[in-house]
Amino acid sequence: MFALVFGALVILGAIYAQPAAREEIVVVLPSPDGHTGTVIVQRGGERYVLNQPFAASRLTGEQSATAQLSDAEVRQSFGVALEALPVPPTTFLLYFVTGTDELTDESKEELKQILAELKHRPVPDIMVVGHTDTVGELEANDLLSAQRAERMKGFLVEIGIPGRQIQTAGRGEREPLVPTADNIDEPRNRRVEINVR
Amino acid sequence: MRWTLLVGLLCFAAGAGAGEVGQIKAAKGAVFLERQGQRLPATVGMPVQESDSLITGADGSAGVTFSDNSLLSVGPGSVLAIERYAFDSTTHSGHFEASLKKGTLAVVSGKMVKHSPDAMRVRTPSAIMGVRGTEFVVKVIEPGS
Repeated sequence: MFALVFGALVILGAIYAQPAAREEIVVVLPSPDGHTGTVIVQRGGERYVLNQPFAASRLTGEQSATAQLSDAEVRQSFGVALEALPVPPTTFLLYFVTGTDELTDESKEELKQILAELKHRPVPDIMVVGHTDTVGELEANDLLSAQRAERMKGFLVEIGIPGRQIQTAGRGEREPLVPTADNIDEPRNRRVEINVR
Repeated sequence: MRWTLLVGLLCFAAGAGAGEVGQIKAAKGAVFLERQGQRLPATVGMPVQESDSLITGADGSAGVTFSDNSLLSVGPGSVLAIERYAFDSTTHSGHFEASLKKGTLAVVSGKMVKHSPDAMRVRTPSAIMGVRGTEFVVKVIEPGS
């Protein structure tokens, strides 16, 4: 009997500990590059423009107000959600020795760093696109660009990324980084793009 | 003949509707996707579709990367509905409407917002947020919840 009454009190206590009114808050954050964008909050007839770092719009019950938060307050309230944000998608460029699917010495070094970074991404979705310069025939370059992409896929599979998560394509000389006339040996066009999401 | 065409069109529509719009990249604790009335345990790598709801328990958190590179994540005790999503990877046009019913949400907008600033809207029970290329966080505490 006593346990029952005590239990009921605990339940009542739990109910009354909850806020009696709805609370909402929206906070604009500076992005890692320091730039802060804009969020426009429309609430009933009111409109708030938030465009300063940590500017906030708050609702408590029926009461709406703007506020300025600190980094620490945002961490306190949103730390777990922010921690769960995925790594932003990115693109890597690697360059090749002319007419081959061999990376330049510089790009070989860079590949090591890229592979190390990719290990930190859970389930990366990867699109590898190969390109060539304008030296040689169109058809031969289509083939070479596809080979370059496939070779890179091989490296990615080697570090344990499942092949089904990696798509490849060869664009030949059709999409130069630096537009040139035909038959121009342009090192910046002999490349692969590795798009990682 | 007419039936074949109709069935074909229906299949195409269903295929487009069931398309993958994002992928779960992080999941800790209790995390679920609610899809057509079914509650599926959400794991890293699972595709997210339009009309899915992302739900976390008291110890849960989850992060999703969308096809336009938008990033969304939720903290514990959250319900987030992905109400509408479409993105054209050629033109970068599209629309994205999400609704936070309760809990915490972090957003990093993606390519469609860069292309057209009105493409993304996030709702709470009391407000609609328009997004102009930015990172922001939202919290909703429902009375008695």
